[in-house]
This record gives sequence, structure tokens and C-alpha cells, in this order.
Amino acid sequence: MSMTREWLLSDQPVSRRQARLGQAYRTWLDFRTNGLAMFGFLIVLVLVLLAVFAPWLAPHDPLVGDLNTTRLLPPLTEGYWLGTDDQGRDILSRLIYGSRITLAVVALVAVIATPVGLLVGTTAGYFGGWVDTVLMRFTDIVLAFPKLILALAFVAALGPGIENAIIAISITAWPPYARLARAETLTIRNSDFIAATKLQGASSARIIWKHIVPLCMSSVIVRVTLDMAGIILTAAGLGFLGLGAQPPQPEWGAMIAGGRNFLVDYWWVATMPGLAIFTVSLGFNLLGDGLRDVLDPKRQK
Amino acid sequence: MLHSRILASVALSALMLGATPAVTFAETPPDTLIQAWSIDDIISLDPAEIFEFTASEIAGNTYETLIGYDPKNVADIFGKAAESWTVSEDGKTISFKMKEGRTFASGNPITAEDAVFSLVRAVKLNKSPAFIIGQLGMTPENVEANIVQTGPMTFDFKMDKAYAPTLVLYCLTATVASVVDKKLAMEHEADGDFGYGWLKTNYAGSGPFTIKDWRPNEAVILERNANYSGDAPPMARVIYRHIPETSTQRLLLEKGDIDIARNLTAEDIAALKDDPNVKIESGAKGSLYYLGMNQKNEYLSKPQVRQAMKYLVDYDTIANTIMAGKVKVHQGFLPEGFLGAYNENPFSLNIEKAKELLAEAGVPDGFKVTMDTRNTPEITAMAQAMQQTMAQAGVELELIPGDGKQTLTKYRARNHDIYIGRWGPDFQDPHTNASTFAYNPDNSDDATSKPLAWRNAWDIPELTAETDAAMLEPDADKRAAMYVDEQKKVMEAGPFVIYAQEIEVMGERKNVEGVIVGPSFNDNNFAHVTK
Amino acid sequence: MTTRTIRGRRGALWLRKLVSTLGTVAVTFLGLLVVTFLIGRVVPVDPVLSVVGDRATQAQYDAAYHALGLDKPLIEQFWIWLQKVFQGDFGTSNLTTRPISQDIARVFPATLELATVSIVIGTAFGIPMGVWAAVRQGKLIDQIVRVVGLVGYSAPVFWLGLMGLLLFYFKLDLISGPGRVDISYEYDFTPKTGLFLLDTAMQGAWPAFRNVFSHIILPASLLGYLSLAYISRMTRSFMLNELAQEYITTARVKGVPEWRIIWVQALRNAAVPLVTVVALSYANLLEGSVLTETVFAWPGLGQYLTNSLQNADMNAVLGGTLVIGAIFVGLNMFSDLLYTLLDARTRNQK
Repeated sequence: MSMTREWLLSDQPVSRRQARLGQAYRTWLDFRTNGLAMFGFLIVLVLVLLAVFAPWLAPHDPLVGDLNTTRLLPPLTEGYWLGTDDQGRDILSRLIYGSRITLAVVALVAVIATPVGLLVGTTAGYFGGWVDTVLMRFTDIVLAFPKLILALAFVAALGPGIENAIIAISITAWPPYARLARAETLTIRNSDFIAATKLQGASSARIIWKHIVPLCMSSVIVRVTLDMAGIILTAAGLGFLGLGAQPPQPEWGAMIAGGRNFLVDYWWVATMPGLAIFTVSLGFNLLGDGLRDVLDPKRQK
Repeated sequence: MLHSRILASVALSALMLGATPAVTFAETPPDTLIQAWSIDDIISLDPAEIFEFTASEIAGNTYETLIGYDPKNVADIFGKAAESWTVSEDGKTISFKMKEGRTFASGNPITAEDAVFSLVRAVKLNKSPAFIIGQLGMTPENVEANIVQTGPMTFDFKMDKAYAPTLVLYCLTATVASVVDKKLAMEHEADGDFGYGWLKTNYAGSGPFTIKDWRPNEAVILERNANYSGDAPPMARVIYRHIPETSTQRLLLEKGDIDIARNLTAEDIAALKDDPNVKIESGAKGSLYYLGMNQKNEYLSKPQVRQAMKYLVDYDTIANTIMAGKVKVHQGFLPEGFLGAYNENPFSLNIEKAKELLAEAGVPDGFKVTMDTRNTPEITAMAQAMQQTMAQAGVELELIPGDGKQTLTKYRARNHDIYIGRWGPDFQDPHTNASTFAYNPDNSDDATSKPLAWRNAWDIPELTAETDAAMLEPDADKRAAMYVDEQKKVMEAGPFVIYAQEIEVMGERKNVEGVIVGPSFNDNNFAHVTK
Repeated sequence: MTTRTIRGRRGALWLRKLVSTLGTVAVTFLGLLVVTFLIGRVVPVDPVLSVVGDRATQAQYDAAYHALGLDKPLIEQFWIWLQKVFQGDFGTSNLTTRPISQDIARVFPATLELATVSIVIGTAFGIPMGVWAAVRQGKLIDQIVRVVGLVGYSAPVFWLGLMGLLLFYFKLDLISGPGRVDISYEYDFTPKTGLFLLDTAMQGAWPAFRNVFSHIILPASLLGYLSLAYISRMTRSFMLNELAQEYITTARVKGVPEWRIIWVQALRNAAVPLVTVVALSYANLLEGSVLTETVFAWPGLGQYLTNSLQNADMNAVLGGTLVIGAIFVGLNMFSDLLYTLLDARTRNQK
């Protein structure tokens, strides 16, 4: 164990792999000292575990309840620790299964929006000129849109459903990444090694893909992580407006909307999923914040 | 969370300085009746165009129709603006005599000229409710020849056929037959529009109240009509406030910020029962909750599947839990209270029976089908309840949520599998529902008439003929029997799972007296309310 | 003489910048409109429905379809609409049957008032918190401010709104509920500006003022809290930047009192970029109020837009988007210009 540790922390790495892993390990050590960030990491970890093991962890069927016997039971009822909703379904089980939806939304938006942002940004930055003007103007137009309204409009156009919510959020999420990637590209575009690669006859696509994108990657990833909480909140907002998930899916935002009408007498129906959203999005924020601290080269320490 | 609370309370206490007294003291003015209601369905205040719930009720309190009926006993028909009427021997002409000495809110006298103008105007403007008059043989081309003034206070109403007199009279109780102040309306005429452009947002009637102001999605304000020919209403003002949230309405009611809450959930009703300051008033409405099953769907087009679906809805549980106090189980297409209504409810949740029927239909393992569902809390809740019971017989019901207009757009284009809907009768005669649930003269995609039977692609030449015949049956008892027969047939084979009839519930402050909850929205009356 | 030429040259530069900015804005707007228009046409909602209702006959339906100009080609519809916009005519809303400009004028003050009170709260609390955190960098206070900020970023605003209503309105009865003013006070004043706090105060209707205030305080506090999160974080980082500058050290050596160094000298310089931050937060509040308005039944632009969208009332959606876009772009430009201006002045002073 200590051998590995020494190997990782060696200041004379013998291979590129060792250097890279060592770098990652040092970042991790750095990250570990940040209590808040670790807390965030823990939350996200729990979320992932819940999502993976949902069928084993959930005490009840998340979709089926009994209107005649288990409707609107308060929290701490035996067997229904977080209470039940107006369809007689166990809220805890719904929250556990809902973690899958939340995680899927975050992951898919990241997977869709990041490449789009990277592609647009690096292309604009690398070529400059009218390509830059056109692409960035388009980015600005999307940015100038009221975000939630745009997402709403897209969901309305595509039809409700979690897939379409994901697409809609992705459509509104990429522009900041494009701007960031462009800014990064501009700083490295004229560097010597790019010029050298060009001289070797590499195609523009290859230069962008092989050399520029990897360099932009880390800052974009930090930004995406920071945005994840926002993505969760937007998805929940769409769900709340009845445009995110289809009933009876246990999407947390939709669950709040469902509990809204019972707020006064049966407060738990809307409160529990809200707490879940809040916790998870706080987790992502703490994690992203910590990541920025350790990855940001400009940080003062 | 903790921090957010602390911060919020810091912010609140720092900035609220003395706001509290204004809040705890809340009482509505003694001469003003304030109601909270979701009023965003209003698109026009012109009686020739009004068709939505809220606007109908407003028209019912601000305009007078020719004919009226007793909301407690619909069979009791009497003249409102009209004094009396006689039916000609061939049954094709009805001669009306107007009441003498009555005036509009403007001070103009009400004459036969106004009545003729109003009816002609409605047909010629040809807005959505125009068919209520139009179905009696009136077209924009012939209406002026058919509705004719015969004296200062008399006019004739000539039809193409001898329609059942009850049908004609009930049609004339509809909002579209409100008497409009001709002089006033024509002062605002533009491009031969009979004052339509102006009347959409203004008022020219003679009811107990006048429409003072309509601020879309905010409020409608009615004021006592100083020139009203009947007894002056005790309330100087009736205000409708647009409050879409039911829980908010309830709290405003509990706190006394409003007098009447109009959209309460079953839970609110249950909770308010214990409040000593509040009482619950309710009355059966004509609206029916139903599922429409598109016959273009390969499964739903099988008769046994349609039957099976009717055994897969837990009628009683829905009516006793999610919708407790707001609906009663009803399965015929005529709501209780209508002439000829069939009030038996043969279907109940029966998974075994449904499975047998599905097996008979050749789909023993069930099938997958979608249902377009309005994303309102109640419809969504009922849809989910059905989803659960249907799943027990293997019918996988996928809910497609959407805004009202969105689901409706799809339904009207026959692109749905199942549509969960609510249907309110257009006027008090059984023909209104028969002509939509049991009438489909042309099932082709480009048909000009698109009743509910068409929307679900249910081709029914025989029932259509029966509906046509019932419209002309002069004997009320025979007519009623014809409708009962039709309802049984639709119940047995139709593509509709009619599961409930609406009960309108109003939560009122204890001191509010005299609200009339009628079977149709234009019967809801506030002219005698005191508080 | 020299100052005049410099001023002249600067003027020319300004002009050029202005022209290019305006060009940018125009292109952005056109894009905005095209996108909105296209979205409006693919939304699977039949706009005719809001005009004629569900029960119309085919003939009535066709007449309305024609009257709305929906039978014309898309490009032509857009062109007609654009021409009208240039004449200041946004068209008529199918839903409210009023001119859209009138509708927006009616709903906009509600949003403006909410956003303004929110930004005041956000700034009033956010800046001192940020300064404090910067001064105590790494200490407990810094951590607390950080967490408070992160909580603001993390909480779903609609849920906080519901919880706030449950607690402060339903349970504790400290504030008024949804809406802008209780109906019993609605007739105590005339909404001249549409900003009810201002209207009631100017007309001396103090009971009504208190009522309006008790309505706005919760949604504004929540939105204010959200912007506070951003403002405090940015303040902290700007302040850290300033506090590390030489002039601070110089001032300390000179024996200037510490509170003066922090709250006057450092903050004055940090205020320059902060203006941009506040302006951006303000723009975000204006556009981001959709969910808050839904929860609090606030009759503002967000609600108007959502409602229009759901009814496929595209002219209204276009008009609303245009206004929000204009505010957004306008505030951005404004903060840019202000930044240039303030930055130059502070630099001169140094």
C-alpha cells in the first residue's frame, strides 16, 4: 500500500502513466482535506448507490399503492417511514427509485451538452473569423433566451416525458460550455506546439480533436459539475410544471407538484421530495466547488 | 436548510416591521361577495360567444335569457325576458310575447326588437355556441326570415321541422339566447360585427348584476344593476378573483379573505368540515367524467376489450377517495337530473370478469395503450388510479401528460388511444349529450360534424338515426324512453367509459346565505346572496 | 484644446462601439424571434382552439383559422408579424383578446416590482456577507457564508416557496399568501405605476401598503436569497482581489482605520465589477421568475408567458420573449457601459 503511495507521489515519474496517476492522486489528497467537498462527494456517492440498488433498498413498490388503506399516511407510520402519497404509495420507495431518474438526467445532459459545447467553442476559437462570428452569435442568441421558457417551449414542442426534458435542458445548457471552450482555445490557438502540429500537416479536425479539446476538457468538466445542481433543479422545475416525467414515474419535481394540493394537511407529500432534491443538488454543488478549488490552477494557496 | 430558514426569518423580521396587524385582520367588505375561482377559461364576454364555465356563470348573473327553468326542478320552465309563448299547430313556429316595462342596465327598454336582434346576431356571428340556435334550422342566410318581429313586444320563431318543444325551449335557456341591448351594442358596431368586437370585453345586458371589469387571469368584477327590473340584489359587488391553486383558495377562505372558494379538492372539503366558520354547499352538475377509446386502435376496437375496460375502473374508490364529495358514480351519458337520464350503474371493478373478456377478445395477456391526460391534479390522480387497476388485468396504461389544449388538440384529431375527459352539456335538453355520445353522421376523417363519437371513430348509423328521431318526438315520456334506450346501448357497446358525474362544491363563509348552485354553470346565481 | 480632441476621439470610438453593439443586438433579436416563431409552429397545440373553443363547427373553425392567418406560408406569417412589430404592433392575444402590448404593460410591473425588491434584498445582504467572508478568509465566517451561498444555489425555488408559504403563511400567519394584494385593499389605491408598493406609498394608502408589503416579502426574500448566493460569492472574490493590492498595504502603513480600508477603499474598487454582477442578477431575476410566479400566483410576465405557451398563443409568447430578451440584452449592455465608465473613473482617482 505504502509502496503504491510512494510510487504515486514520486517526483520522478518514470512513465507518463505514473505521472498522470500521480497527478490525480495528489488532486485526490488535496480534495480529501476539504471537508465540505467530501461531504458533497458522499452525498453523490449515496445517490449513486441508491440508484443502483433501488430494487433491494426500496421497501415497497414505488408505483402501486392502495387507495383504500394506505392513502396519505403520515411519516413514521410503521413500514412507511416517510409517509405515503395521495395514491397510497410509499414516499421513501418513490424517492429511492426517483434517484435513478435524477441521476439519468444529470448524466445524459452532461453527455449531450458537453460535446456540443466543446465542439462549437473549440471550432469557433480555432478558426476565428466568420466561423467564430456565426457560431458565437448563435450561442449568444440561445443564451439571450429565458432559459426555463426555452426548455418549456421545447418540451411543449417535443411532448412531455423525461427524455424530452433531457433534450430540452441540454439545448439550453451547452452555450456556457461553448463560451468557455472558445476562451480556452483562444489562449492555446497560437501556441508553439499547435503551430508545430500544423506544420506536420495535421488536419484542423485532428488538431481540434486531439490537441485542443483535451486541453479544454478539465475546465469544462469542472463547469459541468458545477452546473449539475442547476440541471437537477431545472429538471425538477419542469417536473413541477408537469412537463418533466410521466406519471406514475417517481420524478422528484413531479412529486412536489403532486403534493402541492395537500400541502396544508399532508405536508410531507411535498416536503420529502423537496428535501431530496435539495440534498442532492447541495451535494453536487459542494462537490463541484471542491473540484474547482483543487483543479483551478489559478487558486491561491 | 437551517441556514435558509434563519436567513429567511432574519430577512422577514428585518423587513416586515409591523406588517402583521394588516394580515391577521381580514374581513371582506359587507356589501361585496368575493369568490376565488380559476377564471382563466374566459375568452369572451359576448353571450353569442360565451361557452366556458366561468363566463357562462357570469352571463347567467348579468344577462337574462328568454326562457328560464327552476334550478331545483329543471322540468319547471318559465319565461324570463319572455312573458309567454304559443306553439303553432304544425309545431314549426313559436310565437313569443315579451314582458312589458323592463329595462336594460343602460336604461333602454327591453323590446321584441332586442330579442330578435340577439338571436339573429348569435346565428349570424356564428361563434361556437351558435349551433344551439342553428340546430333548430337557423342559418346565417335564413335567420332573418325565420326570426321575425311581429309587434313591439312580440316575435315569431320559425323552424324547419317540428322539433320537440322541450328541446326548443331548453335551447332558449342557454347563454347564447341572452337578450342583448340592441341600441347599446349597435352604438359600438364596427364593420357590421353587431358590436361583437366591443361586447367581447364589455356589457349590454339586463341581469341583476352588470359586468364592471374583466382583467384576464386576474379578476372579474360584477356590480349591482341599478336599472334591474327585478328585486335589487343585496350585494353591491360580486368579485371573482383568479386563484388557480386550490390550497390557496381554501386558506383564503379559512382566513376570511374571501367569501366563497370554488375549486376545492376532496382533502380541502374534508378538512373544512371541521371549521366552524365555513360551510360546504354542493349541487350536482351536468358534467360527466369519461374515457374516450379510439376505435382506430386495434385493441380498443374489439367489443370485448371495450367492455373489459369498463370493468377495470374502480368507480367507487375514485368517488370515495380522490374525488370524495366532488363526484358521484354515474355511467349513462345523460347526467342525473336530465330528461330521460338512466341512473343505473351496472359496471364496477371486476378484474376476473375483465380478464375473461380480454381472453375472449384474444388478448389474454392484456396489451399496451396510451392515455392522453391533462396535467391537472385531479385528472392525473384519477388516471393513475385507473392505471393501477388496469395493470391488474395486464392492460398497461401509459399516461401522456399534457396541458389541456395540447391533449385536446390530439383528441380532436383522433390521434389518441384513450383520452380522459370531462364533458359538460351545452344546454339542459338530453339532445345535447345524445348528439355527441350517440351521434356520428359521417365517420370519415374530413367530416364536417365531429361529435365525441366521431372523435373516437365510432361508426353508428343506427344510433345516429335514433338521436335524430328523438329530437322530433313531441311526447316527453316517449322521448325520455328513447334516450334511456340509447344510453343502454352506449353503455353496452360504446367506446366511452363514463365513470362519474360532477358535483360542484362551494366552500362558503358561515354568514353567506342564498347561493344557488344550479345544474349548469349559468344557473349558479348570486342575486339573492346576503352576508 | 487637447482635451477636446481626446474627447472627440473618444466620442468616435464610443460611437463605433455603439453601432457595432446595436448591430449585434439586432442580429441577436432577429435570431431570438426566428427561434421563438419556429418553436411556436411545432408546438402540438392548435392555436385556433383558444379562439373558438372545443365545440366549434368545422366552418367556424376554418373561419378562425383563416382569420389568424394560419393558412399562409410560414415565411409570410413571420414577415407579416415582423412588419407589424416594427410599427409597434405586437398583435392581439388569442387568450385575453387584448393587444399584447397592453397585456405586457399590465403584467410587467408585477414582475419588475418583485425582481426589484428581490435584488435590493439580495444586494443588501449579499455584499456585506461577501465582504465579511473575504476579511475573515478561511475562518468560520467564511465557511458559513460559503455554505449559505451554496444552499441558495441548491434549493429548488418552487419548493422553498411552498415551504415558506406553509410555514409563514399557513402555520405562523406572519405574512399574506399568494397574489399581490388582498382584495379588500385593492380599491384603496389606483395602480398608476403598477408597482404597488410605490403606488400605495405615493397615495398614502398605508394599510394597503402594509398588505402589499406582506405579500411581496416572502417571494422577494426567496428570490433575493438566490441572488444573494451569487452576489456574496462574487463580492468575496472581488474583495480578496482588492485586499491583496498594494494600496491597501500602503493605507494600513499610513494608519488608516481598518474599517475604512475595508468598507470604503477596498469596497469602492470592488464595487466596479460588482455593478455588473448585480445587473446580471437582476436580469436573471426578471427572466427566472416563472416558477416563483407560479407558486405565488404572482400575475407577472413569467406566468403570462407560460400560460400563452400552453395555449399556443404565439403572438403573446413572441411579444413576451422579445421583452425579456430586450431587458436581458439591455441590462448586459448597460452593465458593460457602466463598467467602462466607472472603471475609468476609479482608475483616475487612484
